[in-house]
Parts: sequence; C-alpha cells; structure tokens
Amino acid sequence: MNIRTFLVLTCLWSASAQAELSIQITQGVDNPIPVAIVPFAWEGDGVLSEDVDQIVMDDLQQVGEFRALSPGNMLSLPNEEREVFFRDWRVLAQDYLLVGKISRAPGSQLVQVQYEFFDINRELKLAGEILTGSVTQLRDIGHEISNVVFELVTGTRGAFTTQILYIVSEQSAGGQTVFRLEKADYDGQRAQVLLESNEPIMSPSWSPNGEDIAYVSFETSLPRIYTQNIATGQRRQITNYPNINSSPVWSPDGTRLAMVLSKDGSPDIYVQDLLNNELIRVTDHPAIDTEPAWSKDGRSIVFMSDRTGQPQIYQMEVGASSFNVERLTYDCFQCMKGQFLPDGVNMVHVRRETRQSPNYQIAVLNIETLRVITLTNTSLDESPSVAPNGSMIMYATKFGGRGVLDAVSIDGRVKFRLPSSTGDVREPAWSPFFN
Amino acid sequence: MNIKSRNGWRARIVFVSLLAFTACSSTGDTDEGADTAQNGSGSGSTNTATSSPASGGGQLTQEEIRAQSALRQTVFYFEFDIAEFKPADRDTLAYHARDLAANPNKRIRLEGHADERGTREYNLALGERRANGILNYLIVNGAARSQIEVVSYGEERPEQSGQMESAYSRNRRVEIVAR
Repeated sequence: MNIRTFLVLTCLWSASAQAELSIQITQGVDNPIPVAIVPFAWEGDGVLSEDVDQIVMDDLQQVGEFRALSPGNMLSLPNEEREVFFRDWRVLAQDYLLVGKISRAPGSQLVQVQYEFFDINRELKLAGEILTGSVTQLRDIGHEISNVVFELVTGTRGAFTTQILYIVSEQSAGGQTVFRLEKADYDGQRAQVLLESNEPIMSPSWSPNGEDIAYVSFETSLPRIYTQNIATGQRRQITNYPNINSSPVWSPDGTRLAMVLSKDGSPDIYVQDLLNNELIRVTDHPAIDTEPAWSKDGRSIVFMSDRTGQPQIYQMEVGASSFNVERLTYDCFQCMKGQFLPDGVNMVHVRRETRQSPNYQIAVLNIETLRVITLTNTSLDESPSVAPNGSMIMYATKFGGRGVLDAVSIDGRVKFRLPSSTGDVREPAWSPFFN
Repeated sequence: MNIKSRNGWRARIVFVSLLAFTACSSTGDTDEGADTAQNGSGSGSTNTATSSPASGGGQLTQEEIRAQSALRQTVFYFEFDIAEFKPADRDTLAYHARDLAANPNKRIRLEGHADERGTREYNLALGERRANGILNYLIVNGAARSQIEVVSYGEERPEQSGQMESAYSRNRRVEIVAR
C-alpha cells in the first residue's frame, strides 16, 4: 500500500469569503456508471469536520459520469478489503466499489485515510493507499481519492483538486457596489477573498504553475493590470499605459503576458515580457482587437476582432506581420472569446448565431472539420474557462436575474451549477493542475 | 493674456464657432454670447445664475439659459451596438465643448459604458469607442485634449440592473463627470 503525506498548504493572505458556493447538478448523462461508495469508518474520538466519502460522492456525481448507490440500499458496509464480498455488489448491479477508514496517525495530530477501490465485475482491487494529513486537509484528501477513481475508470486525469478564480459584485448596505476577486475549490467550496475593491475587478487568469494570478483592477480609477502571488499575497502593478489595459493572459511558459492596450488609439493585442518588461505589439488595426488566448505552443495568439464589422475570431503568430492574420470563424453573427482546448483542434468560444437571435451561448468549433457544437441553451453565457483535463467548461450565465457560474461537460451532456448565496458571480477562471 | 500659440489658436476657433452658432440661433443674443465666452476664457466658470455678468439686471439671456440647460445634461445614451452618439445630442455636446474651451482649467472625465450583452472585454472596448466619439467631438468644438480623461467601464457599472431592453438602453451610455 502506498503512503503519501499531504503537504500543509498555507494561504497567508486570504480571508474567508462571505458567500460560499455550492454545487447543483442540472443535467446528467443517460447511463451513468454505477459506483458504490461505502461510508468511511472513523476510528478516532469525536466527530470529523469533513465527510470524506461524501466529498468523493459529490465529486463523481457532479461530473455526471457516475451514479452513486445510496448507503441505505447497501447489503453490507465494508471498510477494508477483507470485509468485501463481491456478490453483495454484483446483485446491486454496481460496477465499482470504494471503501475506506480514517484513523489518528500514531503519535501525532494528523489523520490517516485508508481507501481501497475495486472493480466488481473483475473482482479486482484497482487501487489502495493511505493518505495522511491534518484534519483541515480531509477535503483535499477526498478530492485526491476522486482523482484516482476518476482516472482509473475514465482514463482521464481528474481535476478535482483544481481551483477557480471568479469575480463577485455585490451591493453594500450603503448602496455602493463592492467588487471581490475570489478563489475557491473547483466546486465552489472554501472560497477565499483575494482582493476587494469599490472599483471594478476584471479578467482573472492563472499563471501556468498556478502560483500567481493576473487581473485588471480599476483601483486607481483606471483599468490597470496587476499580478499577485497566491501564497504571499504580494502584488505587482504590471501596466500603466494610457486608456484600456486589460485581458492579461499568461504564456504557456509563464514568462510573458498577452494583454490588450489601447494606448495607440484602438484596442490591440500586445505581449509583455515579465522579466525585462519588453512590449511587443501583436495586432495593429483601427478596429477593436481583444480577448487574447495563447496557442498551446505559445507561438500564436487567438483573439477577437470586429474589423469586418462584427466580432469574429482570428489567429496570428506573435511577431508576424499584422497582415498575416488567419480568420477562424465565419458562420456566426458574432463569435467571441476563443480559446483552444488542450487537444489544440477544438476551440471553445462565445457564439451569437444570427443578428435576429439575441442569444450568447458557449460552443466548440473543430477548426479542422469546421463542425460546431453548441453546449449551452441559455441566453447570456460568457467567459468560458476549460478545466485543465479538458473535460469540462465553466462559464458565467444569468439565473433569476443574478450572475451564476455553470459548468458543462465537453460533450454537452452534463451540466452543474455553482450558485452563490449573494451577489453577481462571473468570469470564472479554471486553474491549471497544481503538480 | 499670455497664451501660448496653440491655446490661442484653439481659443480663436471657439470664438468663431460660438459666433457662428449664436448668430444663427436667435437675434439679439450675439453680443452677450460673445461676452460670456470672452469672460469665461479669462476667469473660471460662468455657469451660475448669480455670477454671470449678463446684461439686464441679472436676467439671463436665452442663450445662457440654453447653455445652462445643456450643461446639466451629463449622460448620453446610445443605440445597441452603436458607437456614435445620437444626432439629437450634438448641440448639447457642443455647449459642453464651448464650456471647456471657455474654462481652460476645467477637467472632465468621459466614462463609457455598455450593456451586458456580448463579452465583457468587447464591452470594455465598446465603452471606450463611445467615449472616444464624444471626446473627438468635444475637441473639434474647442475643448483641449488635456482637459479630458477617457475611461471605459464596459458592462461593469450598469446604471440599471435587469435583463430587458429598458435596462440595457440606460446602460449604453457615456457620462461626463467633473474632475
């Protein structure tokens, strides 16, 4: 059995958020994989603050591929391998079984979570290990178990230990609008405020290693780009050019920021080197060029331009002549906010199909086959952000007149929502893998 | 007056355009209108009823009343997806331009806004495009570039919330804010 110790993650700067998000599944698949998750035994004193098996169950059900058996219908409640009788689970038509137990680590304040995961049909143990951490890390341990289970069953790396950034705006008691940049687990739990301001905050994005973030803050009364270290909270103002400074996006190697500046008249795409501050102009057009996103190899940038009259998505190499632009979208009235999925072929974007239909929806365009799949059916969907494993897209939409975050699987079959208790939530940015 | 050539040029343009404007607006106002502009360019604001040196025992001329009413309008609304201000706002904005020309120490901010449809970054750019349209018109009509700061809030600071055209039409706007 493998033994892993969780590093103690500390966040020196963040306060806990007022509004915690919680998930709600709005659409699932027709034939989810049946999995039995037996309540983990707790062999210590008192009551644990987190329910590890419930965290795993929520994770697996939220992505829609799985259906968890209710513990009330279980014929036995094993906590380790020697208590498992496969016929108990075969008779309940289960494909997989997860069991586990939690105990105090000898001679310390840490806890140990032992889990084992079985394939019922093949009567095979697929995984088993002991994860050690503090009580406050039980949620991380649960998500880690979900990652293992998800990858064993689907072949895709799980993204349950990733996080999201998003913006909340809320009316204060005095009638003033307060803007917050928050960070939370991918499922909206454990939200922390990273920045709060009476002026707008926009466009949060992650550095490729997940240690730093960039965003736009109007705190000086003008939109300027800042970076901030997650662990230390240390901030750095990156730009102070006249007019719009917006849309910071880290290059895949983490050394440069693509951004939008309108210092030379109209918004154009630029790239700034974070070490020597050298600024390269990428686009040069009197129309609006904005919403840069890097190609996987970091050599070209996808962006939106209304140079033909309406927003369409284009691509060009950094440093190439500004005439050397490739148009990627044609058959939509407006196509905006393009971003390649990890496969480099499919591009998620915001799409308004025709002038007559005022709906903005999240869609995926395969740039080789030109096939378009529209993933959402609400009308004000924007800011799509892709999970690092490419399996889901989180985006902002309206529900009941308020901004909320939704996520949809890449095939459109599964949707879940992270409603907040207060305020308008928007601009989700899904983190990279942290290790 | 010790004015640099660039400002002097601008001041003359204003003076001429004001004369042209008042000459065709109504008879009898021309002198007062010109006086106001001259006084204004020398010494701060002229836009309160008490301090204005109008003739006729504190009575405002029609032109002054018109100017004051125009200057009270500081929010200009836009059609959907249109960056140009409405033709009906042209005269009002010309009064703002002349007011800036007449008061070189005055500083304003043009705050551009968009409704929530479309992406946030595009709306940020649209808000700036709207504000720049007004900026250029103010400059052509005599305001100095250095008097005006432009900032776009995109869709981040709506005047009215809600997902209906009545709210959207209030949010597509440029506001003139004194600095």
